[in-house]
Formats: sequence, C-alpha cells, structure tokens
Amino acid sequence: MNKPRQRMLVGAILVVEIALLAGFQVVTLQATATANRDLQWWQYLILLVICHATWQLIKLASYTYDQLDYNAKNAVRVSLAIVPAVLLTISGLYAWEIIIQMLKVPIVLLPAPSDISIAIADNLSILWADFVQTVVKAVLPGYVLGCGSGMLVATLAWRFPIAGRGLLPLGSFMSVMPLVGIAPIMVMWFGFDWQSKAAVAALMTFFPMLVNSLAGLNAAKALERDLMHTYAASPQLYFRKLILPAAMPFLFNGLKVCSTLALIGAIVAEFFGTPIVGMGFRISSEVGRMGLDLVWATIVTSALAGTGMYGMLVVLEKVATFWDVSQRTS
Amino acid sequence: MLSTSKWLPLTVVIAALILIWYAAAVSLNSDAVKRAAGDNEPSTWQFVQLAWELDRPVLPAPHQVGIEIWDTTVGKKITSKRSLLYHAWRTLTPTALGFVLGLIFGIVLAVGIVHNRAIDKSIMPGIIVSQTIPILAIAPMIVVVLGAIGFTGLLPKAIISAYLSFFPITVGMVKGLRSPDPMQLDLMRSYNATKKECLFKLRIPASLPYLFASMKIGVAAALVGAIVGELPTGAQGGLGARLLSGSYYGQTIQIWSALFVAAAAGALLIMLVALVQRRVCANAGR
Repeated sequence: MNKPRQRMLVGAILVVEIALLAGFQVVTLQATATANRDLQWWQYLILLVICHATWQLIKLASYTYDQLDYNAKNAVRVSLAIVPAVLLTISGLYAWEIIIQMLKVPIVLLPAPSDISIAIADNLSILWADFVQTVVKAVLPGYVLGCGSGMLVATLAWRFPIAGRGLLPLGSFMSVMPLVGIAPIMVMWFGFDWQSKAAVAALMTFFPMLVNSLAGLNAAKALERDLMHTYAASPQLYFRKLILPAAMPFLFNGLKVCSTLALIGAIVAEFFGTPIVGMGFRISSEVGRMGLDLVWATIVTSALAGTGMYGMLVVLEKVATFWDVSQRTS
Repeated sequence: MLSTSKWLPLTVVIAALILIWYAAAVSLNSDAVKRAAGDNEPSTWQFVQLAWELDRPVLPAPHQVGIEIWDTTVGKKITSKRSLLYHAWRTLTPTALGFVLGLIFGIVLAVGIVHNRAIDKSIMPGIIVSQTIPILAIAPMIVVVLGAIGFTGLLPKAIISAYLSFFPITVGMVKGLRSPDPMQLDLMRSYNATKKECLFKLRIPASLPYLFASMKIGVAAALVGAIVGELPTGAQGGLGARLLSGSYYGQTIQIWSALFVAAAAGALLIMLVALVQRRVCANAGR
C-alpha cells in the first residue's frame, strides 16, 4: 500500500463498497418496513460492515496525508486534510438515521437527521427570527462590548502594572466562576428584551478576554523590548510595532473562547424571561410542547452560528498572525 | 516586599469594587426608596440607609448578601431545605460525578488521539465543533429527555457536566502527551520501549502539569453544567434552583447569595484540584 496508485485503487474500492452496501441497506429497510416484518440479524451486520469500511477509508486518507511529499499540490493537501472529518460526519449522520429507523426510536426521544432537516426547511422564517433576536441583537453587541472593554482594561492594567497585579488574580478567578448565574439578575435589571442578554454575554466574555489580553500584552520578550529601546522607538511605535503584534495570538485565543461563551450566555439568559422569540425561548417552549424536531433544528442553527463565528475568527487569525509559529504548519 | 506581592493591589482592587457596589446600590435602588418613602422627604443619610436596607432591592448592598449567606449556611440546620449548604451539596454531587466521567473520557480520548493518526484527523475537528454548540442551551432538553426514559436525579446533570469538562481536559492532555521532546522519545526508542511503556513512563509523567491546568478549567465548567442542568427540573434543589426560584419571586438577595456560594464552591473545587496537584507532582518529583 505504499504506491499512490495502489492507495487510490483501494480507496475507490472502499467508496464503491460503502455506496453499494448503503444502497442495499436502505432498500431492504424500506422493504422490511412496508412488509411490516421483523429486522433480520444481517441488517445490523451491514451497518457494522459499513462503519468498518468507512473507518478504513478514514485511516487511508489520514496516512496518505501524512506521507504527502513537499511538492504535493495545495488543493490536494487541503482536501485530504478535511476528508477524515467529513467522512466521520457523514457516516455518523448515516448511522444515526439508520439506527433510528431500525429501532423505531420515538421522535420525542431523538429525531432522525431527516426529521430535523424537514423541520428546518418548514420553519425557516421562525429560525431566522430567532437567529436575529439572539445572535444579531444580543450576542454580537454583548460580545463586542465584553471583549472590547476586556481589552481596554487590560491595556490600562498593562500601562499601570500595579493595577494589573491586583486585576490579574481577580480576573482569572472570575473567569472560571459560574457567571451564567448572573443571568436572572440581568433580566431583572434590563428587562426581557435583548438588552439583558447582551449584558450577560458582555459580562461572561469580559474576564476571559481581560486575562488573555493581559497575558498577550506581556508576551513580548525582554530582548525584543531592548531592541525597540535601542531603536529609540516612541511609546506609540513601541506599542504598535512590538507589543500589539506580540499580543495578537493571545487576543485571538481569547476572542475564540469568548465567541462560544457569548452565545451560551445569551441563550441561557433567555430561559429566565424573554419576548416570544429567540433561540433559548424556542428551545424551552418547544421542549414543553414535545416539538423535539424544532428544538433540534434550533440546536443546529445555534451550532452553525457558533461554528461560523469560530471559523471566521480562525480565518481572521490566519490573516492577522500569519507569522506566528502556530500558523506555520510544516 | 509587600509592594511586589499581589496581595496589596488585590486588596485595593477588591475594596474599590465593594465601594463601587455600595454606591451603585444607592443609585440603582433610589426609585424604590422614593416609592417607599412616599411624601416624607428623608435626609441624604437616611436615604442612603434606606437604600441599603430594602427588602427586595434592585441591587442588594454587600452586607445584606453577607448576612443572608451567614443565615442560610451557619444559621440553618444542614438538612433544612432553606440551608444553602444543602443546596450546594445537591449541586456539588453531580458536579463531582460529571467531572470524573469527563476526566476519564477526556484522558482516554487524548491517549487515542496521540496514538492513532486516523482518530486524530477525524475526531479532533469534531471535538472543536462540539464545543461551539452551546451545550448549555440544550442542557434542559437533555435533562427532560433523559427524565422521560427514566433517568432522573444525578445522572442527567452529571452528563452535562461531563460534556462540558471533557473538552479542556482532552485538549490539555493532547498537548501534554505530545510535550516530551523528540530527544526523550528517541531515548525511549533506543531502550526498545514499547508504546505502552513510552506512554506510562514518559508521556503521562510529562503531561501532568498540562493535565492539572486543564482540570482546573474543567472542574469549573462542570460546576456551570450542574447549575444550568438544574434549571429545567424546576426548583427541586441545588444552587441553580435557588437562582430560578429567586428570579421567580424577585428575591434578589437570595439570587446574589446563591451566586456567591456558587463562586465559593467553584473556588473550593479548584483548590481541591490544586491540592491533588501538589501531592501528585511531589510524588512525581516535580
């Protein structure tokens, strides 16, 4: 299995095998369902075989990726890098769907991916309104406010180190506290609408951002600081050319952590009181009505929102800190 | 040496925060005080005193919260349902169970990721995506669904705690297991060490500092999970239930005291991890 051509052949055989087996399984499952017969043992076995074949394919892809030589095309490298994760996702969704069909799991317990996608397609306007209410109106302002003020206070604490020495232990203590608990208080203060959710998001992101920014601002090494000194750099230049770039990786780390925190804060705050729109409201009210497919549709939206924010930050980080060690993969 | 230690600045910052809090309590409660005072005009000092003594203030003064915490911890029997210690215990047990589950799962996953390239390439992105899903948002649903199929009590909350705590542990542990430098790995190879020996004699000892650093984050996350897991089951017990019932009945003092006890519980858990860390690292010769 060391020659690329052999590997491609094995991969192609595996793909065909998986496709055939999956098609066969779907057809037989339909037949069993229409004839109202019991499931045969070999129908379970097929799922196992498919899983095994997919796993072999994942292994093949990841080892091929490892053995790419330096003159491999960039497109090949990137696509091989994402193949294992994509394969796992697809096979996971397939297994989820098939197992639910086989065992006839009630929708209240766990809807199948097909049910969820139907719910998404049917309720696009509701999901969009929830998205606007929770993400656009609450999460984004809260995130910007929390992270912005975290960075600002960190800059002050860096400029006046005596304040930093007091703030750092407090900040790292607060950033591991269960701050979601502040949600009911914020709902009381700022009312049911998005303002209270933005406040929770801001509070939850402030301390992690403060700690990360402070660590970043102190990341420039003594030798580099000395160099700036020998250049007789003005304070502004010193900050802009050395301190800020050195802090960038830490800032992005904080921003990435905070992107999920802000979303969590806003959604949890909606459990404590909300107008009749928003992701947290949708989840809690639809659970009560046993509309689990819509609940899962909302979860998919929130996951997409969270992954989207995270992904944008990753791209931004790649652009802004292309020189950093962690971005330069060999 | 006091000026170089962190304690003096820390005390100053905390004192400043408490002062700001007292001032904020006056300004935020002013409307309620005016309503309570009615026609008779209180003097400024009386006004301030009233603002700090309201029954249901918008923002309770620090001493009100302190008194409430004292009353509901020391002042009540520990078995009483009004005791915050009882509620803290109701929250801490699922936290501990969930944290242990998350710890085991996280470490096993990290060992798998370090040893198998296919697991690394296929699962690692999924783990990162799994954390961008606001799990706390679906925590209530997990509790309700597991309750519907007969799992009630500890387990649903513990599962949420485990889900939240395994991620930092996996990430930290993968970093830690990969932290031995190539020279040390080469040395193991020249000793003809098996993968297992390499794991237990080199990788795991090298990963301990990373493990404990991420355990501290994980245990805090587990506490958050347990608190949020209590919200949908109604006010049955636990710190999350105290928060919920406090917000239903407008008992701000109760909310704040539950919040502070939750913070204290978090600090306690982190201190416990630090204690274990000191013991283990002393044994490992670090």
